[in-house]
Amino acid sequence: MAASLTAPAAATGPVVWLRKHFFSTWYDAVFSILFSMLIAWMVNKLLGWAVFDAIWRVENRELCTHDAGACWAVIEDRGRLILFGLYPYEEQWRSTLACLAVIVTMVLSCLPKFWSIRRLPILWIAGFGIFVLLMRGGFAGMPLVRSEQWGGLSLTIFIFAAVFVIGMPLAVIFALARRSTLPVIAKVSGLFIDLVRSLPLLTLLFAAAVVVPLLVPEAIQGTKLGRVVVAFALFFAVYQAEIIRAGLQSTSQGQEEAAVALGMPYWSLVVDILLPQAFRNTLPSTINQAVITFKETSVVTIIGFFEVMASGNAAIGTGEWGNQYIEVYVFLAFIYFIFVFGLSRYGAWLEKRMRLGHV
Amino acid sequence: MNKLLSSQKFKRASIQIVFLVSLVFIIVSLIVVGQKNIAAQGIATGFGFLERTTGWPISFSVIEVTARSTYARVLFAGLLNTMLVGFLTLFFATVLGLILALLRVSSNTLMNIVGTTYVEIFRNVPVILQVFFWYALLTHLPSPKQAYDLGGVAFLSNRGLMMPAPTLSATDLWVLIGTLTAIGFGLFYAKQNGGAKRRWLIAIAAFFAVFLVLLLTGREPDQSLISIPELKGLRFVGGITLKPEFSALLIGLVLFGAAYIGEIIRGGLLSVERGKLEAGSALGLSGFQINRYVRIPLAFRAMLPSLANQYVWLMKGTTVGIAIGYPDYFAVVSTSINQSGQTMELLALLMGGFIVVNYSLGFVMNKINDRIKLKGRS
Repeated sequence: MAASLTAPAAATGPVVWLRKHFFSTWYDAVFSILFSMLIAWMVNKLLGWAVFDAIWRVENRELCTHDAGACWAVIEDRGRLILFGLYPYEEQWRSTLACLAVIVTMVLSCLPKFWSIRRLPILWIAGFGIFVLLMRGGFAGMPLVRSEQWGGLSLTIFIFAAVFVIGMPLAVIFALARRSTLPVIAKVSGLFIDLVRSLPLLTLLFAAAVVVPLLVPEAIQGTKLGRVVVAFALFFAVYQAEIIRAGLQSTSQGQEEAAVALGMPYWSLVVDILLPQAFRNTLPSTINQAVITFKETSVVTIIGFFEVMASGNAAIGTGEWGNQYIEVYVFLAFIYFIFVFGLSRYGAWLEKRMRLGHV
Repeated sequence: MNKLLSSQKFKRASIQIVFLVSLVFIIVSLIVVGQKNIAAQGIATGFGFLERTTGWPISFSVIEVTARSTYARVLFAGLLNTMLVGFLTLFFATVLGLILALLRVSSNTLMNIVGTTYVEIFRNVPVILQVFFWYALLTHLPSPKQAYDLGGVAFLSNRGLMMPAPTLSATDLWVLIGTLTAIGFGLFYAKQNGGAKRRWLIAIAAFFAVFLVLLLTGREPDQSLISIPELKGLRFVGGITLKPEFSALLIGLVLFGAAYIGEIIRGGLLSVERGKLEAGSALGLSGFQINRYVRIPLAFRAMLPSLANQYVWLMKGTTVGIAIGYPDYFAVVSTSINQSGQTMELLALLMGGFIVVNYSLGFVMNKINDRIKLKGRS
């Protein structure tokens, strides 16, 4: 009879941990040393540039030379231009409040409490409505500010929110149309979705800005901003439609058949049974699509809108701050990063939660 | 009559007919209004303008283009520019992405930190902002007179990176591209038929042989074999110049794309079940063999569909080049529209061009996918 062995002692402690994560083989050790030197050098350089050697106030701007650290004075001087664009100076509090309204809407719609097919649209239309009312004004003593004067971060947020609010219902329609049992509708919408998906966003926006005025009677042309937002929403919708379609396909066929057998009307089947599950199952992909859309709002700068990317370029476009382009671009990158990183972390958290079966 | 109206078949047919009729109506009315508006501007419709000369030059092209070139040629040059930057992006982004993925799956914590930080920074900032940043950086370099000297043969200035280049004419380049294509087909054929053992070696040798013959025969008698850039007055002469517009677009797209591709490759590597790797080691395969014969083949199959999507996305992403003045297909078409007014025709060509490029890319990736897909399971 074999003698029973005791289980091997669990190897723990700092030495074991160090060995496992940094020095498991000889080349691992070499890489560890090289990478720790690389990290130390970069952190040192970066902190020196961005914090210790940086010039923060406009009064000290003569100190901004090639050898000095970051010249954040440019942000103090031009920050308002970057954030608000050409929005009238005295009214910029409205722009701030409007942006906050959309951000609050975004945060609220991340809470599971609001995840219902009836609450979410109301929340988004309300948030978007508050944004437009505050930005436009023209009532209660607030002077009218036309959309041509909107700019900076508020325009970026407007485009993002508008694309989301217009694009989501379109996406649902496209997804349902593509899955329709009527062959003509399914074929045509499938063709349309695939066609738009193979085009770059920029070509669509360009067509909306330049070509649509040639094709459509003047009465229904709308403003350039309006047309571009609708084209952007269309682009968002075809991608989102494919996501929703995947979600629809993941619900079991039996549920649909049961609903039909019970005599449920089509719309009730869609709104009460299919869509809630489709959205819930594809939430991480939807958030990923939102992340991509937020980043792609920067493309509208090419067709001449003054959103945050363009206002950043304008801030360094004059000779005065022309050499501080790195600081301004880093500041812009930071703004985008906050939104996008926040959203994508939330998406990752949701994905984990779903894997554990909580949603 | 009532029975007919309430029948499912009739309802379905009428919905579809109404849908089709309204679709046709919308398209026809768009065309009619468009024709009227364009006629009012006194512009002839049709593709005849493609034969006309443009009257404006483009700043960068692979084939020779002057202000006297035709629209057709300029548009073709733009399409080539898009494909050049696009395919180079795909190549470099894949290489960098692979490195990032390896950093992120390694058991070494420091390597993970470096990989993760890179991915989070470059993935979460819009690509156009990155392109602007690199362009500003490259155009703020010193002027050619104070250019950075890289070993006496290459120079870096605000006009771009000047590098030595073999003295080859444009025709030689086309011959080389033709040779490469032929070798590619040859390799494919050899693989199909279990051909020669050292086929890669033979292919590389064949390519260099053609290259050498071209280099020795193609030039003027007094020219040197390799042209090295030299400062003459205010600018560099000779060699090959990578313009800042091209470099900034390429760097921006590669760094951005690599972050995404790295995540796709990492996802693929992680998707291989532990059990399969353990089965490999139970069969006595070495660590290298497990990676070579179990992990990489399975991971490659898992990542290919997302990789195909990302490739198409990057191809489309080249359009941001217009923001910094790189004459890609979109930029050339948009200038042509401004100059010639042939809006409808050029827009059709623009969309057609992208559809052809993206569909062929998607087609090739799908073929590869079908070929390597695990058989027997749907």
